[in-house]
Amino acid sequence: MLLKVKDLSVSRGGRMLLSGVNFGLAAGEVLLLKGPNGLGKTSLLRTLAGLQPSAEGEIILQNDTAIYAGHADGLKAGLSVIENLSFWADIFTESKRLDEVLTKFDLMAVQHRLAVRLSAGQKRRLGLARLFLSNRPLWLLDEPTVSLDEVSRNAFYKALVSHCATGGGALIVSHTPIDFEGSSKSIDLSHYVAKDFLTIEAAAFL
Amino acid sequence: MIALLSRDLKLTIRAGGGFGFAILFFFIVTLLLAFGIGPDIQLLRKIAPGALWVCALLACLLSMDRLFALDFEDGSLDLLLVAPIPLEVVVFAKSLAHWITTGLPLALITPLLGIFWDLPEKGYFWVCFSLLVGTPALSMIGAFGAALTLGLRRGGLLLSVLVLPLYVPTLIFGAEVSRLGAEGLDLQTPFLLLIALTLGALSLLPFAAAAVLRINLR
Repeated sequence: MLLKVKDLSVSRGGRMLLSGVNFGLAAGEVLLLKGPNGLGKTSLLRTLAGLQPSAEGEIILQNDTAIYAGHADGLKAGLSVIENLSFWADIFTESKRLDEVLTKFDLMAVQHRLAVRLSAGQKRRLGLARLFLSNRPLWLLDEPTVSLDEVSRNAFYKALVSHCATGGGALIVSHTPIDFEGSSKSIDLSHYVAKDFLTIEAAAFL
Repeated sequence: MIALLSRDLKLTIRAGGGFGFAILFFFIVTLLLAFGIGPDIQLLRKIAPGALWVCALLACLLSMDRLFALDFEDGSLDLLLVAPIPLEVVVFAKSLAHWITTGLPLALITPLLGIFWDLPEKGYFWVCFSLLVGTPALSMIGAFGAALTLGLRRGGLLLSVLVLPLYVPTLIFGAEVSRLGAEGLDLQTPFLLLIALTLGALSLLPFAAAAVLRINLR
């Protein structure tokens, strides 16, 4: 199991959003999280990534196995494509595969262009390329296919399949259907909406 | 850590990064102050160490609010928090980059500015040297303030109000070292205290700033 979630409650700004969330993710699986806007999907991902504390429940996850990609791509406008990517490669101490990753996401031709001059789709591709450098098995992705065209979407699906084939897994929040040829389950989070919008004390999180 | 340091240095030095503004600001404010006080050389000479220190302090604060704000806005701070690098190291590397691009050039330019204040001969060395020793503490304390005010509207103003009082001890001992040095007197006690302040800030504040950042990023 890459990830197991037991009776998890998710809160945002002192308001309980989701409660009693239960699911597991095994290696090789893709799990889609669905639900309307404002339900707490992003908050759930951020909780799993360790960016915010969980209100209740248990997250079983090995240290340093997850990597998070949010709405923002975390790109530096003043750095070129290759500089952005090699920064993350250094952080994840992975240097060999830069070329491979650039080719995979069709960024070879623009590798010396500054990130500020990229289109929205190219920025997103560069943001996703970071995932491949990390070597971390569990991907927590928030709307990964936004602003991608069909070709890039397919490239992303292919990458996702190869990631799952090598023992990885992904948890994806997406409004657009993810139609890739691999095993995927989906969970409708509207079943877990917290009944009572209790204001809770934020736990110490240091 | 080296990757982060070189990334921040690159970003600051490139167009739009704001490198040089602090030094220009420092240059202009010290000149204005010298002009404002007038041509009384005895007076200028007497207040030069303190005045230069106060101006350096203000110049140091100028780019402080951007330290984490830029990484916060484009989402890279979230990603760094999940990355295999301790947040304390991130804070330290970013403060170090800030010092290399502001504190260090500020200290190195003071001998030139000393001319306008008619500093005594020994004063050139001691003002420059005390700034070299003291400015790392300024960058580190500022980083703590920047972490506290991250994500707030008008955070820059609040940052100045929060951080300037915390600069007082460094200012007192730094200016004292410069003054005693300029007059050729024994300066061991304030100098050791200045070093202690810098070392204390460098060793403790990364932890405080990282804890605050974690809370702010929730």
